[in-house]
Amino acid sequence: MNILVCISYVPDTAAKISTIADGSALQLDGVKYILNPYDEFAIEEALRQREKHGGTVVALTVGSESAKEILRTALAMGADRAAIVPSSSLDSFGVAVNIAAYARTMNADLVLMGRQSIDHDSFQMASTVAALLDLPSISVVSKLDISDSTVRAERDIEGGKEILEATLPIVISVQKGINEPRYPKLPDIMKAKSKPIEVVEIQTAPPRVEMFQFSVPQLKRLGKIFGDSDEEIAEFVRLLHEEAKVI
Amino acid sequence: MSTVAVYVEQRSGIIKRPTFEALTAARSLSERVVALSIGACDAEMLGAYGATEVVVVEHPLLREYSSQAVAVALAQYLRSSDIRTLLVGGTAQGKELAPRIAVLVEAGYMPDCIELSSDGNAIVAVRPLYAGKVRAAVRPLTDRVVVALRPNMFTARTTESAAIPSVSTFSPTIEDRDRRVVLKEIIRNEGKLDVLEADIVVSGGRGMKGPEHFVLIEQLASALGGAVGASRAVVDAGWRPHSEQVGQTGKTVSPNLYIACGISGAVQHLAGMSSSKVIAAINKDKDAPIFKVADYGIVGDVFEVIPKLIEKIKAIKQAATS
Repeated sequence: MNILVCISYVPDTAAKISTIADGSALQLDGVKYILNPYDEFAIEEALRQREKHGGTVVALTVGSESAKEILRTALAMGADRAAIVPSSSLDSFGVAVNIAAYARTMNADLVLMGRQSIDHDSFQMASTVAALLDLPSISVVSKLDISDSTVRAERDIEGGKEILEATLPIVISVQKGINEPRYPKLPDIMKAKSKPIEVVEIQTAPPRVEMFQFSVPQLKRLGKIFGDSDEEIAEFVRLLHEEAKVI
Repeated sequence: MSTVAVYVEQRSGIIKRPTFEALTAARSLSERVVALSIGACDAEMLGAYGATEVVVVEHPLLREYSSQAVAVALAQYLRSSDIRTLLVGGTAQGKELAPRIAVLVEAGYMPDCIELSSDGNAIVAVRPLYAGKVRAAVRPLTDRVVVALRPNMFTARTTESAAIPSVSTFSPTIEDRDRRVVLKEIIRNEGKLDVLEADIVVSGGRGMKGPEHFVLIEQLASALGGAVGASRAVVDAGWRPHSEQVGQTGKTVSPNLYIACGISGAVQHLAGMSSSKVIAAINKDKDAPIFKVADYGIVGDVFEVIPKLIEKIKAIKQAATS
């Protein structure tokens, strides 16, 4: 089975993100980047599917030179090969075009990724890549079984789960809980450092959406904070009932 | 601006609330609002929320839900019409479906929008990025656009001028290869309200000190008719299931009321709940960051405060019904 796992290099969850003074761009200087947390589950799932079905796992990222760091993580965890599309200026659609092109070249049977990148939180990549490849997709998958070319998956929805059936080739985005990602071992981390990383030619795609003004939201709230006396608790409940009208 | 279409999401004949929210939003953008339903639907109700026309998309291969086939069908309809804008509720189904339609009609896709306006002919939206740490104004660079709306950010309102919408049928061309993924079964979490669908969410954090004490959170949620949520710390500790996790690596919720109990308010948690309409917090540490984003707060011990809260809430509910 040819498995492509798509991973992204994103600001740490605790990073402080702001905008430049006139709001025309984001201020990301000094921000620490990490492997997108959901992509760890995607890498692990790729390795587990390879263990079951044989084949090859290729890790791909679209990003700047420093994003090679997460490809080394994927190699240390056990990916066979790694590739980078060296661009940090594509919009989401452009990223999808490049992933789809690579999937086509390697004749991927299974394309895996995390359910969302925690930078833009769009949840769109699996569907977009699949549509470009004219393949089925299933998003936010918490259980995946593949036998022969039949795919059975569970995905999380509001208030429950869906059970879906599909056929290979397919694009799947995974959810936390699908597996327990392994920690790479030190010798494998060392070995991954010297493995080659394929540099893929960028497919240009005109952007389809433009972000043109950025702002930091005012999280300022009413801030009516009380103590824990009976009278104050009563006042807290009264305000929720009569002022906020939410209970 | 010109006509706006809205995707109608329904399960077992019940139209989902985000559809009504999208209809209300569409009404503010255009005089002509076309609701697109896969199979039969309650057209009168869609009209009450602002649909001026209802298109029922019919095909035998659409009887079993397939995101792939539905996208193909809706894209065919959009291509056959003069409609340039499609709004979709950003539910689990909507978020999977919308990007696929966007590719098929060569539209820009704008996910997770929390504000919408039109600047003459083009749509302009606001969406959170980086888990809500910043917001971006976005606009399409394409002729067509597909917009997903974050649930509960647009209020669904019926319109007084509602007329019964005209209903027409569209028959797409669908082949077996368009449904290589099919929904087979839905397993509901019986008797449990989901944080994504509840008007009130009561969440517990590490301050609850152990899984056994979540009974207090459950009782408070039950008194309010709300859902139980949890912080990442308690989910990672195995006290609560991942399905209840609110935050950057869990669910993003926007209920009418969010009550954080024993949650300090790490930035990752705030990311998942800061678009709630009203935020209340109970924490024994008066300097906890959660109070900086709270409308109402109590500085106190959750184990003493929550039982008293439940008692007082029950009294209010009783007064309201007697």
